[in-house]
Amino acid sequence: MANLKVDINGLSMINPVMTASGTFGYGKEFEDFVNLERIGGIIIKGTTLNQREGNPYPRMAETPSGMLNAVGLQNKGIEYFIKKIYPQIKEIQTNMIVNVSGSDIESYAKTAEMINELHHIPAIELNISCPNVKQGGMAFGVSAHGASEVVKAVRKVYKKTLIVKLSPNVTDIAEIARSVEAAGADSISLINTILGMAIDAEKRRPLLSTITGGLSGAAVKPIALRMVWQVAKAVKIPVIGLGGIMNARDAIEFILAGATAIQIGTANFIDPSVTVKVIEGINEYLDRHHYSSVKDIIGALEI
Amino acid sequence: MKKYILDLTVVDNVRLHSNYILLKMTQEATLPLMLPGQFAEIRIDGSASTFLRRPISINYVDIEKNEVWFLIQLIGDGTRQLSKVNRGDKINTILPLGKNFTLPKTNEQQKSLLIGGGVGTAPLLYLGKQLIENGYHPTFLLGARSSLDLLQLGDFQKFGQVYITTEDGSVGEKGYVTQHSILFQETFDMIYTCGPRPMMMSVAQYAQTHQIECEVSLENKMACGVGACLCCVENTNEGHLCVCKEGPVFNIKQLLWQI
Ligand SMILES: Cc1cc2nc3c(=O)[nH]c(=O)nc-3n(C[C@H](O)[C@H](O)[C@H](O)COP(=O)(O)OP(=O)(O)OC[C@H]3O[C@@H](n4cnc5c(N)ncnc54)[C@H](O)[C@@H]3O)c2cc1C
Ligand SMILES: Cc1cc2nc3c(=O)[nH]c(=O)nc-3n(C[C@H](O)[C@H](O)[C@H](O)COP(=O)(O)O)c2cc1C
Ligand code: FES
Repeated sequence: MANLKVDINGLSMINPVMTASGTFGYGKEFEDFVNLERIGGIIIKGTTLNQREGNPYPRMAETPSGMLNAVGLQNKGIEYFIKKIYPQIKEIQTNMIVNVSGSDIESYAKTAEMINELHHIPAIELNISCPNVKQGGMAFGVSAHGASEVVKAVRKVYKKTLIVKLSPNVTDIAEIARSVEAAGADSISLINTILGMAIDAEKRRPLLSTITGGLSGAAVKPIALRMVWQVAKAVKIPVIGLGGIMNARDAIEFILAGATAIQIGTANFIDPSVTVKVIEGINEYLDRHHYSSVKDIIGALEI
Repeated sequence: MKKYILDLTVVDNVRLHSNYILLKMTQEATLPLMLPGQFAEIRIDGSASTFLRRPISINYVDIEKNEVWFLIQLIGDGTRQLSKVNRGDKINTILPLGKNFTLPKTNEQQKSLLIGGGVGTAPLLYLGKQLIENGYHPTFLLGARSSLDLLQLGDFQKFGQVYITTEDGSVGEKGYVTQHSILFQETFDMIYTCGPRPMMMSVAQYAQTHQIECEVSLENKMACGVGACLCCVENTNEGHLCVCKEGPVFNIKQLLWQI
């Protein structure tokens, strides 16, 4: 049994496997399938200052080896989260991390400040990369200046581990990563979904109400892996890799590319117990290759 | 209700007419309790075009034989691959998902009408059984394109009177379910319906005009099936609700249908 513990700049995790925001609800939705406490960290649904109804149906289209979504950050707002949801999830013995979105710098900062008071939430993941709402943060995430501004503002009010989630819909991901690091982020996670589109040729109509949406699932893995590798080389803070991870082998590839931890998103829809299988698979790989700790393979890609 | 991920074994895969299959599955252990209206998410491995699971209603549960049945229309790659499975094959299935139809609230004299269109008749067979077992007397009104799309007639007839409409008039009355004469001759206290959305909307309109309680079962596109991704939402008087978790069965009073 290898040592699976990792540390994200102060946030310690029993293993490097986390669940990706928007794909694992509040964790509770999966408790019939997995022992949540075995997962290194659970990143819960995107939360905003005010309630959001999200985009109209249809919000999902299956595509080759993947899916497009256009949920649009449907959530009941931070106050509802604190009053109604937090009491139900705070006893779960793992890192429960809130994914925060906003429409402007003030709303990001205000939401982060409120979560800072929640004892059982050790970290937030700042989503500056949602492609599905006009002001879903992607505007911040696609320029080094915008990204830096929002991270600085949140850093001032948020005292625990601050993870910043990057958008892949940019030309130079390393530049944005460096500006986010300089602005005070403790860690960077990537990738969010890739902007895509699907058409029903018979009806000559788009398959999503919003016309375009975010692509996720196995289809995005090579792009995600490339970006994680580029960002891991560009920054010193720990990188959390995600995008198309379906099994332990995929997860190990991200770790070899430089990720300290990984997140599993869409794969939870196909196998709701996949997280535990990935944890076991990583352990099996380490044993087989005679590594005593998962830390030994972070960025261990031989070129 | 607790949800399970099960590797079910195919007992039988019967082709019905040219474009439907009846898949019967079992496992060693007793199957978990499933209720009419609930559904399963079936995994189809093996190709890029069947990445997500496929949501399919519980068609029937045979307690004695420990079997769960699925009635499936062959639409695209996923359902076509399911049509090729053989006895003994294992199929990874998550069940039971979603909320069930609710039994009529008042006395057992209550007359319920179960209206199904096309493959939407699937969940109504199991519902019919449950109604009978609880002392109610269901009546079925089944609509199809033609006689070749009418499914499980013999099974339905065991549970109650069956009325039929077909669009081409090959069996029963010609036309749509909502044009069937029974609707103008008898009165019902409760309507359950599942089928194409335009059909359910006209049924809902009939129910609303006649002030009859009505539950519909929706088929929105799903990704997770467990209320986590918020992809399958329907507009309701409580905002966007997940069809996979708060549905698929809804009372028409909850929906914001323009009827
Ligand atoms: C709660 C629920 C219960 C259902 N019960 C039954 C049933 O008992 N019998 C039956 O034959 N069909 C049922 N359906 C519809 C069935 O899920 C689709 O026909 C099936 O997913 C089509 O898959 P495919 O790969 O063959 O077709 P494709 O058209 O290739 O599928 C492409 C994508 O669209 C989705 N999709 C296509 N049609 C539908 C649809 N009508 N509803 C939802 N998603 C769809 C698929 O899941 C897939 O992601 C049900 C759907 C839902 C939501
Ligand atoms: C249905 C759905 C909803 C999502 N919602 C969010 C969200 O609220 N916030 C966020 O940062 N990312 C969200 N994402 C993106 C995922 O967290 C993840 O970055 C992306 O799906 C890539 O990983 P995957 O291929 O493993 O799914 C969502 C993805 C999906 C499929
Ligand atoms: S399909 Fe994911 S919430 Fe309904």
